[in-house]
Amino acid sequence: MIELRHVSKSYGPGRFARPVIEDCSFTVEANHFTVMMGPSGSGKSTLIRLVAGFEKPSAGEILVNDRPVTGPGQDRLVVFQESALFPWMTTRENVQYGPRARGELTGTGRARTDFLLEKVGLHAFRERYPAQLSGGMQRRAELARALVNNPAIMILDEPFRGLDALTKKMMIEYYAGLSAESPRTNLFVTTDVDEAIFLANRLLVMSHIPARVREVIEVDLPRPRSFTRILLDGRANALKMAALSLLHEEAMKAFGGGNIPAADFIEAHRRRVAAM
Amino acid sequence: MTQQAAIITPDSGRLLRFRTAALPRLLFNRSSRRAIVSILAAIALWQLGATSREWLGWPVPVLGHVPAPDAVLVAWYHVLGDAGYWQSWYQSFLRVAMGFAAATAIGVPFGLTLAMSPTCRGIVLPVFELLRPIPPLAWVPASILFWPTQELSIDFVIFLGAFYTIVLNVLGGAETIDIRLVQAARSMGASRINIFRRIILPGVLPSIGAGMEVAIGITWEVVVAAEMISGGGSGGASGAGGGLGFFIWNSYVGGSYPDIVVGMISIGIAGYGSSALVRLLQTRLTPWLEAR
Repeated sequence: MIELRHVSKSYGPGRFARPVIEDCSFTVEANHFTVMMGPSGSGKSTLIRLVAGFEKPSAGEILVNDRPVTGPGQDRLVVFQESALFPWMTTRENVQYGPRARGELTGTGRARTDFLLEKVGLHAFRERYPAQLSGGMQRRAELARALVNNPAIMILDEPFRGLDALTKKMMIEYYAGLSAESPRTNLFVTTDVDEAIFLANRLLVMSHIPARVREVIEVDLPRPRSFTRILLDGRANALKMAALSLLHEEAMKAFGGGNIPAADFIEAHRRRVAAM
Repeated sequence: MTQQAAIITPDSGRLLRFRTAALPRLLFNRSSRRAIVSILAAIALWQLGATSREWLGWPVPVLGHVPAPDAVLVAWYHVLGDAGYWQSWYQSFLRVAMGFAAATAIGVPFGLTLAMSPTCRGIVLPVFELLRPIPPLAWVPASILFWPTQELSIDFVIFLGAFYTIVLNVLGGAETIDIRLVQAARSMGASRINIFRRIILPGVLPSIGAGMEVAIGITWEVVVAAEMISGGGSGGASGAGGGLGFFIWNSYVGGSYPDIVVGMISIGIAGYGSSALVRLLQTRLTPWLEAR
């Protein structure tokens, strides 16, 4: 479980400090899938860095399983936006990195890396360098590199950004399947509302910068979920609508123009509701 | 996914086999053919300019005052049997190798230390930046004074030429390392030493390679000039034992002009060869850059 209590973070010295997060509090329930959504540039990645322990908050505290975060730890691993695989290591060396660095690459450790490579469908590509993998393969390799350490918490910062629409949907379904098999605490950041509704138990809608939780939306749709079912499900669409209208408001604050697709969707939904 | 699997067959020996199998193709592919044609055309033009001296009534610039290729070839043929000529090669190569090796051996750890420690950087970098604009050749008189032998003073000047470049490249390379890679490694419980060895060092290797490649070119510039200025050190009876730079200078003083060009082309070949060696080392050290 992750708990943020009145966390603030600002960059820059004294009077010139620029607040990125202000008085932000929320909890991420254990073994739940918590998805954080917010307009781009709203400080989500900064929040992730704080939870991961790469940076320290300017005020407030972050507790992981009731213990304050003092630095990075293997109990909570981050999968970054775009690839952060080690370019000079083969796929297998990347996946083995964690166990090897801790001196745990024994017989069972080796078996586990091979098992995970198999599981993410990269066993045939284990001797390839990251640059030789496709975008989707790189994402799966990075998931495997994190999962091999068996972290209690997975922190994913827009992990599927930059993939083409089809690959992205496949990856989302794939990751949902992986999570269903071995439940763990997930904190997932995205700007894609379909991705968010598909994955979330709970949706945190963030405000425009400085980041604060604008609203918490419980997504109590049955699992396993599928994109077609969600598309046709009235309740899912109502949740999507709620999230989008909030995001739209926040995005409007970010730039006067607002978010056209979101506005269109909200308008269409309003008309449909009115017609019923 | 399956489509890709068919395209990229998983065999790790691909790189090595590619090199040997493709040798004839490499020699006769389009760009090699173009290179051969352009070099031959340049030589023909040179021959034309050097022998006719006037084109359409105008004196030929530069080429008109240079020995013609045939004269150079004859001079080269004569000098091939001369031990002094090969001695010059050997001496210049030795100096380049010494200075370059020292610059790499000292420059890489030095650059890494500066990159890793902001304190070190704050203390050392100002002095480094103050010394860096001084051209290596400006050090020749001073280094003759403070090194016991002339050989060492030439090595030192060459060392300086390569050193700054290598250090700056290491520093720049360390700055380009993606911070997320270090963060990922830290999260997974890697020690500082492990992060240095497996993340920072390989991350800097491409920049080290690039720095070495530039530096080896500089060493050849420096060695020739240093040999000319210092008189080439221990000249033999013929005076031709002082390296290729001295070989050129001596040919000039002795009035054997074709030999000047022989020396110049020799340096060109030597420089090209040593750059190729460094490049080969570089590709061996960073196999992941080849694999795309």
